[in-house]
Amino acid sequence: MTGLDVVFVLVGLLTAAGAVLTVTSKNLVHAALALAVTLAGIAGVFLVLHADFLALVQLVVYVGAVAVLFLFGLMLTRAPIGREALDSQNRGLALAVSGGLFVVLSTLIVLAFGDVRVDAMTGPGIDVIGIAIFAVWVLPFELLSMLLLAALIGAIVLARREDGESGEEAEVTRIEVGDPPINESDGPPAEVAGDGQAELPAGSGGGGQA
Amino acid sequence: MTSFYAQYGTFAVLVVVGCALYAVIMLASRIMRPTVPSPQKLTTYECGVEAVGSGWSQTNIRYYIFAFLFVIFDVEAIFLFPWAVIVSDLDATTAISPTFAIVAMFLFVLTLLEGLAYAWKKGVLKWD
Repeated sequence: MTGLDVVFVLVGLLTAAGAVLTVTSKNLVHAALALAVTLAGIAGVFLVLHADFLALVQLVVYVGAVAVLFLFGLMLTRAPIGREALDSQNRGLALAVSGGLFVVLSTLIVLAFGDVRVDAMTGPGIDVIGIAIFAVWVLPFELLSMLLLAALIGAIVLARREDGESGEEAEVTRIEVGDPPINESDGPPAEVAGDGQAELPAGSGGGGQA
Repeated sequence: MTSFYAQYGTFAVLVVVGCALYAVIMLASRIMRPTVPSPQKLTTYECGVEAVGSGWSQTNIRYYIFAFLFVIFDVEAIFLFPWAVIVSDLDATTAISPTFAIVAMFLFVLTLLEGLAYAWKKGVLKWD
């Protein structure tokens, strides 16, 4: 069992190093990649604790999906990245809060499970989970596919580009009097009513870029 | 239990050996190569058009829908794993009949394929 302990400590150290790198990195993208390392390390911790399905879920959902969403969110919103150095002014407060949380949680865990001895770590394997899904929980399983379908359609409805809306030019363009607003037929009613010139945010109509 | 850790231990050894191989190769090339640094070597193209701007730029919002589609089918894949583990062991003597398991998973995948068909129909997958 000592070999497992060594592996557990090594994986834990890797996870902790990734977590520290996440909060100390000056570059947002590097921080997101360090977060992916941290989440993968947590998957390793699950694996050492004999929870292979949980490790798989952690790897696929967190490292695969959540990290991808983080990176996409960064690249879509915080551009240009890498130029500015991240420097939070709340560093002391954040350290105090996270340190306090760590002390409270570790104290609670030690108080609750400190005298519990686990000789052999065993748990239900993936096959047991599979049998349980298809023997007992078939209806929730099928309902889950409807939930995922609803999420998929909702995302498409929110993010879909409307017809005739270019979605490329996001800056404000000036339109001279007399020019009929092209490609704005389904946008908001343009305020080009007579006065000199109106500012039209092109491509902002219809919530196409939600 | 030994089989559990033996199986994943093999996988862990593979990961460690892979990382070590990368480290050894990079270290060996660093030791053996001549080091003659010059500022020209750090430019994007040693000859050709000067690179303008930075490599960090804002990506198009339309990539996000692909990321989201990936996330949905990623979650679907999670549920394929337990099914794939048990489906070959099913027969008439088990609690679940193999036909039932296959039909259940078929319905699950079909429901999500409807979403993919919807995306296709709406032209989300097309880049124009």
